[in-house]
Amino acid sequence: MSTFVSVLAYGLADGAILALAALGFVLIYKATSVINFAQGEFLLVGAYMFYTAFVVMRLPLLLAVLVGVVVATLIGVLVERLILRPMIGESAISIIMVTIGLSSLLRALVQMFYGTRPQPMPAILPRGSVQILGATVPINRLLVILVAAVVLTAFTIFFRKSRHGIAMRAVADDQQAAMTMGISVRRIFAMAWALAGVSALIAGVLLADISAVDQNLAAFGLLVFPVVILGGLDSVPGTIVGGMIMGLLIQATASYWEAGLAVVIPYVVLVLILLVKPYGLFGETRIERV
Amino acid sequence: MTATGVHHRSYTSELRLRATRAEYVRLALMGVLLVVVPFVLDNYWMSIANTILIAIIGAVGLNILVGYTGQISLGQGGFLAVGAYTSVILSDRMGLPTPLAIAFAVVFTAVVGTFFGLPGLRLKGLYLAIATLASQQIIEFFIRRDIGDFLTGGLGYINVERFGFLGFQIGGRDVFERQWYVILAILAVLSVMAARNLFRTGLGRSFMAVRDQDIAAEAIGVNLTRAKLTAFAVSSGFVGLAGALTAHYSEVVSWEKFTLQVSILYLAMIIVGGLGSIAGAVYGAIFMTLLPVVIRNVANAFESVVPFLGNQLPAVQNATFGLVIILFLIIEPRGLNRLWERIKEFFRFWPFRY
Repeated sequence: MSTFVSVLAYGLADGAILALAALGFVLIYKATSVINFAQGEFLLVGAYMFYTAFVVMRLPLLLAVLVGVVVATLIGVLVERLILRPMIGESAISIIMVTIGLSSLLRALVQMFYGTRPQPMPAILPRGSVQILGATVPINRLLVILVAAVVLTAFTIFFRKSRHGIAMRAVADDQQAAMTMGISVRRIFAMAWALAGVSALIAGVLLADISAVDQNLAAFGLLVFPVVILGGLDSVPGTIVGGMIMGLLIQATASYWEAGLAVVIPYVVLVLILLVKPYGLFGETRIERV
Repeated sequence: MTATGVHHRSYTSELRLRATRAEYVRLALMGVLLVVVPFVLDNYWMSIANTILIAIIGAVGLNILVGYTGQISLGQGGFLAVGAYTSVILSDRMGLPTPLAIAFAVVFTAVVGTFFGLPGLRLKGLYLAIATLASQQIIEFFIRRDIGDFLTGGLGYINVERFGFLGFQIGGRDVFERQWYVILAILAVLSVMAARNLFRTGLGRSFMAVRDQDIAAEAIGVNLTRAKLTAFAVSSGFVGLAGALTAHYSEVVSWEKFTLQVSILYLAMIIVGGLGSIAGAVYGAIFMTLLPVVIRNVANAFESVVPFLGNQLPAVQNATFGLVIILFLIIEPRGLNRLWERIKEFFRFWPFRY
């Protein structure tokens, strides 16, 4: 029972972060049909930006978060403007490859400025643990779930209710129709990248808080693929469900089976889903007609 | 593309790979260059030349799949590993003659590649990219974990015996690189010729039809299933050869040589060289192999002036790698091959612009 509770807590915490990282990925894909292989590096850059503001520049927490958000937005917009916009109309291979190039560049830049050694991050979330049903659960894991839940809810409300959110959904649905209604597709593209940057920043900071700030944060980014394939490439609720399932699955494999297998199990699941239900749980099925 | 003013008077002449005298002259120059290389380079640069030759075989293989058939693959590293481990296990552990082991490795990699190509029957574009990403991760995990230690015997790597066949044995330090150069150059030239000719056959044409418009290809009678799977098989065969050669040439096999990074490096080669062009795969393999070497040498040369370059060498190399990919895709998406064609066109029409 105690193992079950801790698997649940750790799994949901991981899942919440995965969902946040995947959210940015899905936003970009939905609005611009770009597969962003650099999502993990967005996480990495976000965490380092926050680290710089909070630890190096000693800004208070809220201001540091604000600085991080501004920088993440800027990076997102710049990437869209400088790298992805010239690629409009190119083949899927080229677009995938340009984001792979971007990921290599971002990781190298972070390495140049901060080196490869992990940076110790002072605790943002309170340490200590609570006893739940005989299991010792660290408080910060629980708070990670809470923060992610709040952020994801905020994003969902933003898409449902706000003017910009509705415009984004309109563009995702039909670019031409949205354009004729006077929505600036360019601005929506930039917004998608900016929001992806921000959600990756939050994910990066949370991840940094429960582990450490180092290059491995980017490796976490590859796990986005199993999540989005499970949830459906173009579904926001799908990322939440997919993230949670994947987080639980990884923790359950590590606890009940073998820690080493937890690395590969997401990809095995990915292949199985692609073979059985390629558009995932909530993805839109695209039917090709001639 | 052939030059203007070339008239074909028979089908045989139209099917020829090279039509103009200039092309034969360039071919002869290439041949001379290949022969001269071992006489002018020292051991260090010979080892780089050998690495390039292996990369050419692998890049040509990947370009058959990605550039000509339009199926994205991030699984190159995994297939290289399959070729390398198969060949080494067959030759060193089961005592098969090495060339035979390499041949078996080619066939086996083709089989494995076809298996991992199966998702390609249902998936296209980005979904296939993600599927091959997963297959790369799974193959990598399989080698890394090495359950039961049946691959490396618990060491994590396999030392490979020096290449030898029928009494011939690759020699020591002074001749090692040059002897390998001869073997690799012959195999690379054969691979390039095979790939060039593949696209004059019906099979090769069907690959291109699948890339350009798969539904239309099916409508004109191309068997999509067969075309896609043979593309995976043929391409993986080349990749398996490159993997096996890597193993026997470097004389050690370990999982670090076959990571996702390697898959990405090979994709970068064919993008920078030019998708859907065999010459492009060759240029790309040369360019991407030389890039980190050149940066390292520049960094060493300017170490006293700009110590940053030397201290941050890996990061500088990675940043340049990323930047080169991005710039090529934005400025010249059709790669070095297209640049070269533009240069040729310029001189063909000179002094007129068109």
